[in-house]
Amino acid sequence: MASKTIAKNKRVLDFSGGWTYAPAPESADHFTIKEKYDLFINGTFVKPSAGKYFKTINPASEKVISEVAEASEPDVNKAVESAEKSYQKYWSKLSGAERGKYLYRIARIIQERARELAVTESMNGGKPIRESRDVDVPLSAAHFFYYAGWADKLNYAFPGAEVKPYGVAGQIIPWNFPLLMAAWKIAPALACGNTVVLKPAETTPLTALKLAEIIQEADLPPGTVNIITGAGKTGAALVNHHKVSKVAFTGSTDVGKMIQNALAGTQKKYTLELGGKAANIIFEDASIDQAVEGIVNGIFFNQGHVCCAGSRLFVQESIMNTVMRKLKDRIETLVVGDPLDKNTDIGAINSKDQLNKIQRLVKKGIDEGGECHQSSCKIPSKGFWFKPTLFTNVGQSDTIVQEEIFGPVLAIQSFRTAEEAIEKANNTPYGLSGGVWTDKGSKIFKVTSSIRAGVLWANTFNKFDPSSPFGGYKESGIGREGGMHGLSAYLKQV
Amino acid sequence: MNTTKEKNIAKKKVVHSESSNGVSRTDRIAVRKTYKMFVNGQFIRSESGRIFGFSDGSNEVINISRASRKDFRDAVIAARNAWQSWRSKSAFNRSQILYRIAETLEGRKAQLVHTLKRQGLTEKDALVDIENTIDTFVYYAGWADKYVQVFSSVNPVEGKYFNFSFHESCGVVAIQDESGKGLSTLAAMIAASICGGNTCIVMASELNPMAAVELAEAIEVSDVPAGVCNLLTAYKNELAQQAALHMDVNALIYAGGADELSTKMEKSISSNLKRYVRFLPNQFNRKSLLNPYCILNVQEVKTTWHPISI
Repeated sequence: MASKTIAKNKRVLDFSGGWTYAPAPESADHFTIKEKYDLFINGTFVKPSAGKYFKTINPASEKVISEVAEASEPDVNKAVESAEKSYQKYWSKLSGAERGKYLYRIARIIQERARELAVTESMNGGKPIRESRDVDVPLSAAHFFYYAGWADKLNYAFPGAEVKPYGVAGQIIPWNFPLLMAAWKIAPALACGNTVVLKPAETTPLTALKLAEIIQEADLPPGTVNIITGAGKTGAALVNHHKVSKVAFTGSTDVGKMIQNALAGTQKKYTLELGGKAANIIFEDASIDQAVEGIVNGIFFNQGHVCCAGSRLFVQESIMNTVMRKLKDRIETLVVGDPLDKNTDIGAINSKDQLNKIQRLVKKGIDEGGECHQSSCKIPSKGFWFKPTLFTNVGQSDTIVQEEIFGPVLAIQSFRTAEEAIEKANNTPYGLSGGVWTDKGSKIFKVTSSIRAGVLWANTFNKFDPSSPFGGYKESGIGREGGMHGLSAYLKQV
Repeated sequence: MNTTKEKNIAKKKVVHSESSNGVSRTDRIAVRKTYKMFVNGQFIRSESGRIFGFSDGSNEVINISRASRKDFRDAVIAARNAWQSWRSKSAFNRSQILYRIAETLEGRKAQLVHTLKRQGLTEKDALVDIENTIDTFVYYAGWADKYVQVFSSVNPVEGKYFNFSFHESCGVVAIQDESGKGLSTLAAMIAASICGGNTCIVMASELNPMAAVELAEAIEVSDVPAGVCNLLTAYKNELAQQAALHMDVNALIYAGGADELSTKMEKSISSNLKRYVRFLPNQFNRKSLLNPYCILNVQEVKTTWHPISI
């Protein structure tokens, strides 16, 4: 039976046998996660004033890993006061060169504790260890290293102008890149001479608290960086504190709008890094296998919990069938499971809430007439998981095409001309990122210059670097983070 | 009473009408001017048919068009439609057009000084303001093809990628001018917006409607494409909020003091996360207004990643 010849058009790739990987879990026995974490204020860990703690879990097992303090208004006040005191007493009096040396120290300790940070990140957030090890942690260290060097060179970034720091920066970060976002926020703020109060996301506080330990180890003046954990209320208290003169937020567009609204009339400066619904456009002259890899990386990187994820795919009509076949084959090979396993491609969904949201939107997509295709992979019984999902037969106004899902769900549409692709790509209130796949240089630049978004990837996707500015047009946010342009978020002209 | 009125009429005749030999004719009736708004390259009255009265201190009745919310929406459509081709023009071309505005204004200096005086400025202040206005357009004409060079970067990223960042226009900019009498602050807001490829809708100050309309008249004959710069005369209490809420406006520039209205406006910009730029009264000076960072305020930074390996 096996020797029977199969007609050429009947051939299918069979991934059901011979493709299993032996488990290759990263161990977590070389470091400790404390049972309880307090608030990092004025250089030490202090108990929350209300005495309240909340549990933080591993989304892959739903097991409690630790308890963290919930900061209430008096704690926020204490943190901001200590940041203000440090600004007056130490940080604003240090020369840029000396500030830079503290940042270099932080970068070095992150590199030294890289493995611990990577494993903690994967345990607390559900992302594959391959990503936390190769992307999140090295980029975090690089970010501190990059901005360390700016601290004594700020005037070169603002020709013809004189600049000075704001004072205390209140920063709120999301759960998708917990350590990396902390680095994106803290490094430029400190380099520019501000002091910081940072609030990590409710579901992923652990690496930020380890960063607090690192800041302690680096011996920064007390209060220069304060890290307080809590939920939305803590964040609101921070944003509204009268001694915070600069707010930096990464998160959803809805919350971003609330913050912009709350800051009206206050003269506080703000930068907002918000949602996205990026278009990934693939032309018939693209290298298709390379493009398929890019599409997969674009949407399934970090379970799709990426604001700049390529969640809308536009395929030129002539290659639609080929791309769909290759894409379906490719997602069959994605390993979904234990985030700590080095073979894992897609880890756990960050939280129950997020899983519910993805499920609700996918159901809506099906209800609205979309065709849903999922990988046939098995998912663990415990924890939060979602299979890689493709949607076809969807239109511009469908929920699945318009709303940010923040999960491993790709909406696929076709196009005929470059003009059509550009128009469809721009038909969204968002404008964070975009991608284009083609072998023709002029086509790349036509598309990248026509798409209204802050970051454009040509024949690649989801690449990040400390020297590369990141941030959105339209409702994807205000301001840039990273690179020389990221400095202006933390300096005012005098 | 009659005699006073007659005297006024006589006085005005002296001011406004001159005979061919340079001596005023006493029997000539002056031709008054209709102050219209400027939308999509045309001078129009408000679709609402409403006006508000403006006084220059004389007895002359000056009817200013009072823009409605519909007028504002129409202006946004004009500005949005004009934006695509305006931003695609070469920077050198935009530079020349801005310079041409300055050329036109220079020729109309006396007229504008006269109008500003009628709006209540002294001769000296009016002259300084108009000269600053003209020089503001010259200043930004020069930046149009340079700011991208000065503020762009090639970013040394890891891996084999060519990565660069540059500025481009953010789209349609609404300008609420409450800078008071004079045009120089308004000129800076317009020039900084359009020199970088944006299109704009100006809501002129209620204190400044005549001169603002005359600025629009100068813009109209300076090769500025229709819709690139639109100007409405309105009650700020009626339109400022509307501008802040409009979903197809990308940025709002406000020159004026802090008051209840400005806070309300600032709250409304979160409708679609508008970029908000604010000039406080202590910034109505040449250092703050002639500054390339004013251009960057209404620009976006785009970063492109391009592989180097093949």
